[in-house]
Amino acid sequence: MNADANPRLSSHFRMQWEDAQQAWVLLYPEGMVKLNASAAEILKRCDGSRDVPALVADLETAFDATGLEPDVRAFLDMARQQQWVA
Amino acid sequence: MTATDRPGPPLWLLAELTYRCPLHCAFCYNPVDFARTSAEDELDTEAWLRVLNEARALGSVQCGFSGGEPLVRDDLEVLVAEAHRLGYYTNLLTSGVGLTEDRAEALKRAGLDHIQLSFQDTTKELNDFLSHTRTFDLKQKVAHTIKANGWPMVMNCVIHRLNIDHIGEIIEMAVALGAEYLELANNQYYSWALLNRDQLLPSREQLERAERITNEYRAKLGDKLRIFFVVPDYYETRPKKCMNGWGNVFLTVTPDGTALPCHTAKMLPGLAFPNVREMSVGEIWYDSEGFNRYRGDGWMSDTCKTCPDKEKDLGGCRCQAFMLAGDAAAPDPVCDKSPAHQVVLDAVARAQQPGAVTTAPLVFRDPKASRQIAP
Ligand code: SF4
Ligand code: SF4
Repeated sequence: MNADANPRLSSHFRMQWEDAQQAWVLLYPEGMVKLNASAAEILKRCDGSRDVPALVADLETAFDATGLEPDVRAFLDMARQQQWVA
Repeated sequence: MTATDRPGPPLWLLAELTYRCPLHCAFCYNPVDFARTSAEDELDTEAWLRVLNEARALGSVQCGFSGGEPLVRDDLEVLVAEAHRLGYYTNLLTSGVGLTEDRAEALKRAGLDHIQLSFQDTTKELNDFLSHTRTFDLKQKVAHTIKANGWPMVMNCVIHRLNIDHIGEIIEMAVALGAEYLELANNQYYSWALLNRDQLLPSREQLERAERITNEYRAKLGDKLRIFFVVPDYYETRPKKCMNGWGNVFLTVTPDGTALPCHTAKMLPGLAFPNVREMSVGEIWYDSEGFNRYRGDGWMSDTCKTCPDKEKDLGGCRCQAFMLAGDAAAPDPVCDKSPAHQVVLDAVARAQQPGAVTTAPLVFRDPKASRQIAP
């Protein structure tokens, strides 16, 4: 798999905000993962419209930060392994 | 439980819509006295809609529709649509009987997220034997319908002594049907399966062979098919953390509206479980005696209370403790520290004999058998 392909949340997962848990969650057949804030920000941007460098740039602008790329890539590797992201 | 550890929300709502079912599985998890609940006793559409709304307001987010066979209810589409509108992730647990193309399309339009298709075995003969009906061709048709509607293909097969030696064929079949997830769930010995335990509990040799074959397929198939293999807890020395803790995340509502922390808990004596006809889901979850009884560790026997592992399994399953040790507050007898552990060892020892363990006939789950057992 090309690590630079535009990441997109798999159609078998649904991400939504849960008030009762005060968190974004990832829902899938008979299961749920509670996301921390940074995971949620990355996944929100996995809509297939941007590649990894653009995703990183977008996050860095939104949070006024730099040097996020290694963390984003590490998270996406894990997310691909879990099949959250294709 | 102390006043300060207020439990979190019931994240998981299991709506057991009906006990009616066209099949007669010898391992059925419905209570053996299910025939006491007739179709007229079932909650109506309006009551279910209220339950869905109240639970969602508390924070329930996974919603399972099961039974019996939930497709027997002709308001299933209405309930799924409301659950979807409320923001639940909706799961249908079905044997596939009744899932015509029309109903599948209607459920898709209603927003159903996932179907778990259960099947008994790949060998038609054995399958028909175990469920007492000729349903296997149908399962294949249903599998295609599920794929055609774009649902993830999730299969569940209950594994036991009589089909465990076909594990390779079962996996092959799942691959052929395009399954993405396959749960090989070893039978748990409750309800009907407990009645049939001697016939259904596999030997250690059978189990080890099945795990070995499963691992070979995992290595071969990789991500194409994710296989979950659930070992029967009788072969463990520590119990499972049942339902992830009593009244912790799971809420089951039975066909007649009784609310339970787990779908088998109704068997426990001396506990009044509330009914959604009389109490709101919030009162049931946070305030009812039935839900509070086994929260925390105040109820535990000294064996568990003083045990360093108590956070890991919370003393195991209350129903199993009641069924095998005669006391719902005892340690789960699967635990080798339990004074009643011998009961489990004896059942396991009997299972090591080759061939059929007993000449007693299998008891198939049907209303007549249910009325005989629990008039
Ligand atoms: S286990 Fe079998 S008999 Fe029991 S509800 Fe499910 S399909 Fe019906
Ligand atoms: S003694 Fe009780 S708490 Fe300890 S491992 Fe056994 S069942 Fe679990």
